[in-house]
Amino acid sequence: MQGSDFAPTSARRENIPALMLLAPFVIAFLLFFAVPAVETLWLSMTDSSLTRTNAFAGLDNYRLLLNDPSFWDSVGNTFYFAVLTVVPLTALGLLMALLVNHFVKAQAWLQGVFFLPFVLPISVMTLIADWMLQPSTGVVNHLLGGQRAWLADPHWALPAVAIGTVWWTVGFNLLLFLAGLRNIPQDLYEAAALDGARGFTLFRAITWPALRPVATTAVILQLIASLKVFGQTYILTSGGPFNTTRVTLHYMYETAFTQSDAGYAAAIAMAFVAIVILLSLLQAWIVRWLAGRDG
Amino acid sequence: MSARTGIAWSAAGAVAAILLAALWAFPLLWALSTSLRPELETVSNQFHWLPRHWTVDAYTRTLGAGNVVRWLVNSFVVALGVTVLTMAISLMAAYAFSQLRFRGRGLLFGVAMLGFLLPFEALLVPLFRTMNQLGLINSYAGIILPQVVSPVVIYVFKQFFDAIPADFREAAVIDGAGPLRVLWSVYLPVSGNIVWAMAIVTFIAAWNNFLWPFIIVTSNDMMTIPLGLTQTYDAFGVRYAQLMAAALLGAFPVALAYVAFQRRVTQGFLAASGLKG
Repeated sequence: MQGSDFAPTSARRENIPALMLLAPFVIAFLLFFAVPAVETLWLSMTDSSLTRTNAFAGLDNYRLLLNDPSFWDSVGNTFYFAVLTVVPLTALGLLMALLVNHFVKAQAWLQGVFFLPFVLPISVMTLIADWMLQPSTGVVNHLLGGQRAWLADPHWALPAVAIGTVWWTVGFNLLLFLAGLRNIPQDLYEAAALDGARGFTLFRAITWPALRPVATTAVILQLIASLKVFGQTYILTSGGPFNTTRVTLHYMYETAFTQSDAGYAAAIAMAFVAIVILLSLLQAWIVRWLAGRDG
Repeated sequence: MSARTGIAWSAAGAVAAILLAALWAFPLLWALSTSLRPELETVSNQFHWLPRHWTVDAYTRTLGAGNVVRWLVNSFVVALGVTVLTMAISLMAAYAFSQLRFRGRGLLFGVAMLGFLLPFEALLVPLFRTMNQLGLINSYAGIILPQVVSPVVIYVFKQFFDAIPADFREAAVIDGAGPLRVLWSVYLPVSGNIVWAMAIVTFIAAWNNFLWPFIIVTSNDMMTIPLGLTQTYDAFGVRYAQLMAAALLGAFPVALAYVAFQRRVTQGFLAASGLKG
């Protein structure tokens, strides 16, 4: 804010130039964000199709949603996927950051190897995963033995997609933790080393307390990202086998674009938003609580 | 804790680093090894880590037969369009939010930041309906436009502008330069690093965006590479040498961008996550 507090122009308002500069953003924001957001809410209270807007239906869609086992199954699958990904993504991200930070000479290489998958398109990951997991010619079965059809197995399909996702996205958490590590003042370690602390003791006394807010941020960001899962499961398993990998966004997509039930899809979207916002607020609250407790 | 356990920890760390690095490098190396074989070797019962006959057949076939080149071009057009528009829109908006006094500034900024909360995924249905009405299905404009609103980028730029001392602007304003001119010739030159970082990250994100093109594109000719690669089973059949060649061709441009701009990429992703780079 301090930038605007100087004499010559601050006396008068700059409404016109501001309007000029903001116009492209405001127009894009209205067209592609605000209006669709309100429209989602409105559509969720109608029985519209993908191309026609139909009569107001009140809360019918929501009532239907509450009693729709397919919806709750998809929510269950989504949270199961979140559980399968969030913990390994956070733990591995931390471990990788510690390793990258520790092995100074190999730093660039290690970081590159761990981070590279994160910048690749999703379908590169799914194509390679599909090939590696082929029942008879895949390298995974060659190494583990057996002929398991991982992606067609109701117990293994979602965990398999989760493992692919961990490979693909852990690089982002590595970055978060690495930034956290680099913010820790080096003299803390030196002082502790003088007191004879080493290895794991240093980690417990200095590193981990400093990284805890980063870990909390990483967990929540990851949780929200995991709830938005769609591409991986859609491409690799199309929601199968037996809908065991049909996640909430997939159910929304099917409702809207294969059944053309835009009204009901909008209600699913609203429920999805509610979950995501609740978790975001929870994050803000936890971070503040942690800060208050430590400070 | 003795010095010996310290060494033990270090050794364990080295083993972990090597194992994890091998594990993380393997899928891409395996894809590479697969892509350099004749198609017959990928269906053979005999397992080999390396091709028995090395060949770039899969690449020439992939580039010759399918639409891969077309998808790469589409991705480039889309990612470039999204990046240029996002940068222009966000720089102007961030400058106004940071440096200009106008009615409703706080309120408007607050509303803009709501974009952080509301996931894009929730807007798919009305966005598709709107694009359909505008006749923008299967068009570059239809793919690009909904991707140019980025509260995160505006937030990062505003933070950056906020930290620039006020007398920087003063001189230019006294000279009678308009806001666009001040932004262009005073603020942009000192913001090079952060603008590049955000531009590269925006480019990569747009290049990789799967969900929106998946919704808005139905014609094979308008597909971007992440979407097109999911169609390769139909185009080539189950030919894994070719599929891996296609995957690596799709991975190459972004991998190259990352290797070339490694530091900017990490800086950009960190800034976008709300943590400092």
